[in-house]
Amino acid sequence: MEFLRDRGALFWNILFPVVLVVGFAFVFSNGDDSLFTVGLLGDGDAPESLRELAGIEFVRYSNSDDAQLEAVTTRLRQHQLDMVIDLDRAEYYLNSEAPGAEMLRRLLHSAHDPSLSEVGAVDAAGVPGAAGFQERRITGAAIRYVDWVVPGVIGMNMMFSCLFGVGYVIVRYRKNGVLKRLKATPVSAFVFVSAQGASRLVIVLVTSVFVFAGTNAVFRFTMNGSYGTLLLLTVVAIICMIGIGLLLAGRLKNEELADGLINLVTFPMIILSGVFFSLEGSPEVLQRASLALPLTHYVSGARAVMLEGAGLGEVLPHTLALAVMAVVFWLCAAAIFRWE
Amino acid sequence: MSAIIEVRELRKRYKDVSAVDGVSFGVPEGVCFGLLGPNGAGKTTTIEIMEGLLDPTAGEVLFRGRPIDRRFKEKVGIQFQHTALPEFITVNETLKLFSAFYPHPRPLNDVVDICALEEIIDRDNRKLSGGQRQRLLLALAIIPQPQLVFLDEPTTGLDPQARRNFWSLIERVRSEGTTVMLTTHYMDEAQLLCDQVAIMDHGRILEIDSPQTLLERHFEGVVVRLPNADAGVLHNGARLPAATKRNNGALELTTTQLDDTFRSLLDLGVNLDGFSIHKPNLEDLFIKLTGSTLRV
Repeated sequence: MEFLRDRGALFWNILFPVVLVVGFAFVFSNGDDSLFTVGLLGDGDAPESLRELAGIEFVRYSNSDDAQLEAVTTRLRQHQLDMVIDLDRAEYYLNSEAPGAEMLRRLLHSAHDPSLSEVGAVDAAGVPGAAGFQERRITGAAIRYVDWVVPGVIGMNMMFSCLFGVGYVIVRYRKNGVLKRLKATPVSAFVFVSAQGASRLVIVLVTSVFVFAGTNAVFRFTMNGSYGTLLLLTVVAIICMIGIGLLLAGRLKNEELADGLINLVTFPMIILSGVFFSLEGSPEVLQRASLALPLTHYVSGARAVMLEGAGLGEVLPHTLALAVMAVVFWLCAAAIFRWE
Repeated sequence: MSAIIEVRELRKRYKDVSAVDGVSFGVPEGVCFGLLGPNGAGKTTTIEIMEGLLDPTAGEVLFRGRPIDRRFKEKVGIQFQHTALPEFITVNETLKLFSAFYPHPRPLNDVVDICALEEIIDRDNRKLSGGQRQRLLLALAIIPQPQLVFLDEPTTGLDPQARRNFWSLIERVRSEGTTVMLTTHYMDEAQLLCDQVAIMDHGRILEIDSPQTLLERHFEGVVVRLPNADAGVLHNGARLPAATKRNNGALELTTTQLDDTFRSLLDLGVNLDGFSIHKPNLEDLFIKLTGSTLRV
C-alpha cells in the first residue's frame, strides 16, 4: 500500500528505468560503425595490416580454447565485435551481415595481397586470406545496444527497489517507533520480516514486468530464450537483493547512515556488474571480483537468455549463485535483526 | 484483591545511570493505577519493563503471579508515549492491520465506536490531529480485548478538550473491567482517573496509595488565602491558627477548623476581599515530595 500511495516513489520506480532505456536507445542507435572492434584470440601480435590503423580497437582474449572461441564468435554474431582473429589457429571470422565486414576484410588483406581487396572477390569460407589466415564467415543480425542494456537497467532498478524499499523503510520504521509498536504485539520478527520481503517481491516483480512489457512494446527487444527461465532468474535475483536490504537494515537506526550504506553497496554493482557497458577486456581480477556481486549474475544470466537463447541449464550457474547468496543474506539478516 | 501484575525489586541500569533502582509494587485487578513522576523519573523505563519490551537488570515482573511468557502480549494492550503510525495507510487500514496480529481481536465496529473514530475512519494516519492520533493509539491498545492496558503519558501535548475527551475514553475502558496502568505527569489527570497512585522520582517509588489517603497523610486541613489582608493581624492574632505565612504578598492560613478561623478573622476585622480556599491536591503533594527546583 505504501508503495502505491507514495506517488513520488511510484513514479520514480517506473519512470526511471523507462527513461533510461529510451535514452540509451537513442544515444546508441547509430554511431558505432565508425570504430571497428577486433577480438584477438591466443598469443601473438595482431596482423601488421591492422595494427597501425587508428580506427581499430583490439580486445584480447588470453586463451583460445573452444569455449572461448564460441563465446567470442557469439559476440561477433551479435555485432558486438566486428572481427575475430584466432592467432593460434590462423583463422579470422567475419559476420556477413555486418556492414563493416567487407571493409575490415579489405583492410586486413590490403598490405599483403592487393588482388583480394576487391569487394566480392571471396565469399566462401575457407579461402586463403592474408598472411596465411583462413577466413570464416558467420551470420547473425545485430543486437542493438538497447537489447543489450535492457536486462542491466531492469536489474539495476530491481536492486534499487529492493535495497531502498526494504532496507531504508525498515530503518525508518525503527527510527520513528513503528517497529517498537509492532514489537509490543504478538507478531514475531520472523513474520514481520517475511511479510516485508514477500510484499516487496511482489512489488518489484510487477514493476519489472511492467517496465519490460512497456518498453518492449516500443522497442521489440530480441528475445531468443524462454520467458519462464527469465522469470525464474528474476525472482531468485529479487529474493537475493531483498536479502541484502534486510541485512543492511538489521540494526541501523539512522536513515542517513542507511542511505549511505545502500549507496556504497549499489554503486560498485552498477559499475562492476556490466549494467551499461561490458567488462570484457577489463582486468581479469575485476571480472572475477564482479562475480561476487549478485547483479552481475542476474544481468549476465538475463542477457544469456534474451540474446543467446540460453535455457535453464545454461543459466543454472547464475541462478544457483544468486540462490546461494540469497540464503546467506537472509540467514545473516535473520541473525542480526533487532526490533530496536 | 489480587494483583494482576506485580513487579519485585525492579532495577534497570544503563551504562552509568540507574534509571530504575529497586521498584516494587502490585496493580490490583480492575483498578486504574497511576505511575506519577517528573520527567526522567524512570516511569517509562518501568512501564516498558512491565510491557516486556525491556529486560530489567534485576528483579522480576509477574503477570497473574507468573513470569511473563509468550502469550502475555496477546493479553495486554499498549499505548506508547511516542509512536509513529505506519505511514501511507488510513485509520481503518491501521485498525485492520493490528486486528490481524491478535488471536481474538475486538470487533472493529466496537473499537471505532468506543474511540469515536467514525469521522476519521478513511483519513490518512499522517493527517490526524493530536487528539485523533491518541484516540487511534488507544484503539490499537484495546483491539486485543486486553485484561490490562498500559498507557504511557496518553494526554501529553493535547489541548484541554482533547484531554477531557480522552479521560472519558479511559473511564469507559475501565468500566468494562480492564485494568489500566497509566503514567502521567499531570496530577489533575491522576487525581481524576486513578484509584491508586505511585509517586516516583530518581528511579524509586516515594509513595504509593490512593490519592485520598496520600493527601490525608501529608496534608492537614485547607489553606485560606487572603490577598488583601493587612499583615498587622499576625501580631494580635492570638486566636488564629499557628500555621500562617506570607506568600507573594498574600496571607495564607492553613487550618483544620474553618469555622473558628473565619470567626476570628471577622472579629479582627480582617479584609476578606478576594479570599480563596485551597484544598491541597496531588500536585501540591507531588511538588512537596519531588521538590520544585529545576532539574538539570
